[in-house]
Amino acid sequence: MMQASLGSSGRRSHPLTPYLFLIPACIVLGTFVIYPALKAIYLSFTNFNMIREAEFVGLANYINLWRDPFFWAALKNTLLYMIVVVPVLVIAPIFLASLVNKHIPGIAFIRAAIYLPVITSLVVSGLIWKWVYEEQGILNYVLLATGVTDNPVAFLTDPANALFSVMAVTIWSGMGYYMVIYLAGLQAIPRHLYEVAEVEGVSAWQQMLYITIPLLRPSIAVVTVMSSIAAMKVFEEVYVMTQGGPMDSTKTLVYYIYESAFTEFEMGYASAIGVVLFLLTLVFSLINLRFLREKS
Amino acid sequence: MRNRSASIGVMLLRYAAIACVLLFTVGPFLWLLSTALKSAGENIFAYPPVLIPAEPTLDNFFRVMDSQPIFSYLKNSVIVAVLSVTLNLLLASLAAYPLARMSFKGRTLIFAVLLSSMMIPFQLLMIPVYELAIGLGLQNTYLGLVLPHACTAFGIFFMRQAFMSIPAAIEEAAIMDGVSRIRIWWFVLLPLVKPSLATLAVFSFIAVWGDFLWPLIIIDQPSLFTLPLGVNRLASTFSLDWRLVAAGAVFSIIPILLFFTFTQRYFIEGAMKGAVKG
Repeated sequence: MMQASLGSSGRRSHPLTPYLFLIPACIVLGTFVIYPALKAIYLSFTNFNMIREAEFVGLANYINLWRDPFFWAALKNTLLYMIVVVPVLVIAPIFLASLVNKHIPGIAFIRAAIYLPVITSLVVSGLIWKWVYEEQGILNYVLLATGVTDNPVAFLTDPANALFSVMAVTIWSGMGYYMVIYLAGLQAIPRHLYEVAEVEGVSAWQQMLYITIPLLRPSIAVVTVMSSIAAMKVFEEVYVMTQGGPMDSTKTLVYYIYESAFTEFEMGYASAIGVVLFLLTLVFSLINLRFLREKS
Repeated sequence: MRNRSASIGVMLLRYAAIACVLLFTVGPFLWLLSTALKSAGENIFAYPPVLIPAEPTLDNFFRVMDSQPIFSYLKNSVIVAVLSVTLNLLLASLAAYPLARMSFKGRTLIFAVLLSSMMIPFQLLMIPVYELAIGLGLQNTYLGLVLPHACTAFGIFFMRQAFMSIPAAIEEAAIMDGVSRIRIWWFVLLPLVKPSLATLAVFSFIAVWGDFLWPLIIIDQPSLFTLPLGVNRLASTFSLDWRLVAAGAVFSIIPILLFFTFTQRYFIEGAMKGAVKG
């Protein structure tokens, strides 16, 4: 005991040692995260466009944002994205997880198969679904054959459908990941609770409602935060499937940042949209931070 | 008796539900594969759709190979992922050690800065990072692709957590023997956190492998395209022929599928640790 405390406080190595360990990481994070973050906030008050020197323009970018119908459309699309995608990604994986939380034959394979879309890059996922969504494609065939619709659905070419069609891809790609998080949560729930419920004749649905969901609350909170942040940053699906169209119906905030910065070269303006995105995600990140703190 | 038939019913219901889920998750992959294997003579828009190709052929794959450097895309993806993951593991576990096990001045400040850097979306950073990368001559280089992934605050937290779970006595014995900190880190601590390193490796690998936005911005030479950029390119080149697009997409899935097969348990562990333990 004595020796242990001597070891940690008495025989300290050189006072610079901790900093030497930290330097490489600090250089990289400082160069590629901290400095760019401050620079981005600065750029949002300038008219920077990569060609001319950045000139300070005050709040002009933010005032223009306020008046820009495309910005409001992108913000609306992003919020709608969250409103639809987040509840699905929070709730559906709970059922998925309880479905595969059984040691039945083939379960490892089944779990892996559900996880497959998670490891597939979003560019490829977007392409796969673009093919599935084809006007004469497989999904339309199924819908027509089962009589759900009388005419082929224009999934990606009708402004009324496109955003929802893209959302489905985000859900498809994310479900497996959140399922695994819930699986971890489920395995922490004492089995005897279900055994008692079984003996008492509590139905499966009620077990879900009164045992599983309340005890999964920490995982549910984590999934809510993670899926919200992810939904706010959606880009690849949009880029590959619709390029923000038709008629800007799938233009999300990140897509608009990309477009403003790298096709219009309005870097200052794009930075201002970036700051708005940052503020929106901040709320969720702060909650996320609390989870991390609690854990450490 | 009644109970048993009820439980068989529940079992069947479970498998039926699982079948529906698999149809949703795996179905699109099978349809893609089926399209990729269909010969030029077969109508891919046939009504009703045909899942099993009449004359399965690898022709589409060869045609994609002839017109697109897909093996170069693959090579670039592997180089970028391996470099990024190696650097991330190294830098994160270096930085995590003092944060987990030493007390020093400025620790709280460094910790706070790290935490806040986790909250900044890359989409805000990408414009200054782009400008910086251009300034440093990193456009169209491997280094340009790698450096933004070379260290993640998440990785530091993850490794810090791992170091904190090692009993202090193990390290103190070495300190008493006069072993330097760097040797303790390498010879004593790192071997003890191997599972966490593996998990972090697998997770950062997937992140880098699937990354699209940053390569899209910083790379415009096809010879440096990673797989996501390459697949995107061949999709626009072959936009009229879904057989070829499908073949290219299938080609790009195979490596990650193999990787996943061999590292599967770390995915599960990682998702669990990432969410539950931080």
